[in-house]
Amino acid sequence: MIKVTNLHKHFGRLEVLRGIDCRIAPQEVVVVIGPSGSGKSTFLRCLNLLEEPTAGEVVVDGVCLTDPKTNINEIRQEVGMVFQRFNLFPHKTALENITLAPLRVRRMSRAQAREVAYNLLAKVGLSDKADVYPDQLSGGQQQRVAIARALAMRPKIMLFDEPTSALDPEMVGEVLAVMKDLAREGMTMVVVTHEMGFAREVGDRVLFMDEGKILEEGAPGQIFSRPGNERLQSFLSKIL
Amino acid sequence: MQIAIHSLPVLLLGAGKTLEITALAVSIGCILGLIGGLSRLSKNRLLRFLGTCYVDFFRGTPLLVQIVIVYFGIPQVMRSFQDYLVYAYGITPFFDNIPIFVAAVISCSLNSGAYIAEIFRAGVQSIEKGQTEAARSLGMTNAQAMRYVILPQAFKRVIPPLGNEFIAMMKDTSLLSVIGFEELFRRGQLIVGATYQAFAIYLSVAFIYLVMTLSFSRLVDYLERRLKTGD
Ligand SMILES: Nc1ncnc2c1ncn2[C@@H]1O[C@H](COP(=O)(O)OP(=O)(O)O)[C@@H](O)[C@H]1O
Ligand SMILES: [Mg+2]
Repeated sequence: MIKVTNLHKHFGRLEVLRGIDCRIAPQEVVVVIGPSGSGKSTFLRCLNLLEEPTAGEVVVDGVCLTDPKTNINEIRQEVGMVFQRFNLFPHKTALENITLAPLRVRRMSRAQAREVAYNLLAKVGLSDKADVYPDQLSGGQQQRVAIARALAMRPKIMLFDEPTSALDPEMVGEVLAVMKDLAREGMTMVVVTHEMGFAREVGDRVLFMDEGKILEEGAPGQIFSRPGNERLQSFLSKIL
Repeated sequence: MQIAIHSLPVLLLGAGKTLEITALAVSIGCILGLIGGLSRLSKNRLLRFLGTCYVDFFRGTPLLVQIVIVYFGIPQVMRSFQDYLVYAYGITPFFDNIPIFVAAVISCSLNSGAYIAEIFRAGVQSIEKGQTEAARSLGMTNAQAMRYVILPQAFKRVIPPLGNEFIAMMKDTSLLSVIGFEELFRRGQLIVGATYQAFAIYLSVAFIYLVMTLSFSRLVDYLERRLKTGD
């Protein structure tokens, strides 16, 4: 589903990604962990070209993103993204946030887009919030709308960049619950998170990143109970 | 006092002209400003360069100079060109001068457009990067993200500075008196010329400007509050 080969990303002279190789299978849930500044967000953002790789190859669903001929807007429709800070459109209601892209990008009819949106709002448990503006929603509710917004494009892959890090602790659970449902339905997911419970429960594989490289990867049980790498051990001892 | 009251109808006629030219200049300026502002934000280097030239020229030179260039300078060039056409091709001359009103609209719109371009640019840049990223990550093109996500939010933020621009332009149109455009200040000048009552008349003129600017800024405040509660 996703194939990354020797991915490099520089910001000026700063080398943020230094040769990432990774393959993600359909329906796989991959959890990315690692210290702050290790390049997790940058890696994720290279998967939908919000950041342009400096070198290397990224192939998503058979399409090579790093090929200049690729229509990047088409690929982005297949890859949903959820941000740490939600990034809902504040001038639109929850429902309008969800219908905007299906209407304008997928050219869905208004009736159909609304139906999709209502179903998704029900799925994330916010049926009663359709006509509410984002600033009247709690953080957890906003993030659930953001997930619904991404799902409305019927993506094949979902990227999550620390989706619960900006939330008050009591709201983390509701967002993780939605993500767990998605994982069980077979969505291919790449999730940057420090929620180890989530990683253990639904993660198929954990990648540990440090200084722009994947230092260790494996099943969650193996990574958490028998970490091989020294850096990983010290990282885990800090967050667990 | 007597004289001021007597001149009031004439002055108010001038005030009407002032409002008319200001509204026209700022409206056309909004269109120019949108084009200019978006050009300055464009990825295309040529567009960005042209936008910067436009904004720098009209903000970096006095409106008074721009007015006389449009009214006296450009027609002169056009007349020379016409002379050449008459000489070379024997056409009949048809151009004499730009009407005062047209020159007034052109110079003030171009000037206002440059300021408004900067207002729009700042407005767009004040919207968080995350908004564009969210829009793009949903597959929207740059233009769609601008149109459906960024500009609607930016428009709300530019209302107060646009209001300020309107008020500034309202006062600056008094410069149009140099080409004989009969707005408020010019009317005042003419009355003073005939009556020698400089103090009473100019004070009335100032008072009318004040009433216009104050009521307009109230209107902007009101709009701003309405929009805030709107979302
Ligand atoms: N747009 C950017 N310009 C310059 N440096 C950046 C940019 N984005 C990220 N960085 C730098 O890249 C490094 C990795 O960032 P990031 O991928 O956000 O790490 P993480 O998500 O693991 O915390 C950091 O040092 C950060 O300062
Ligand atoms: Mg990050």
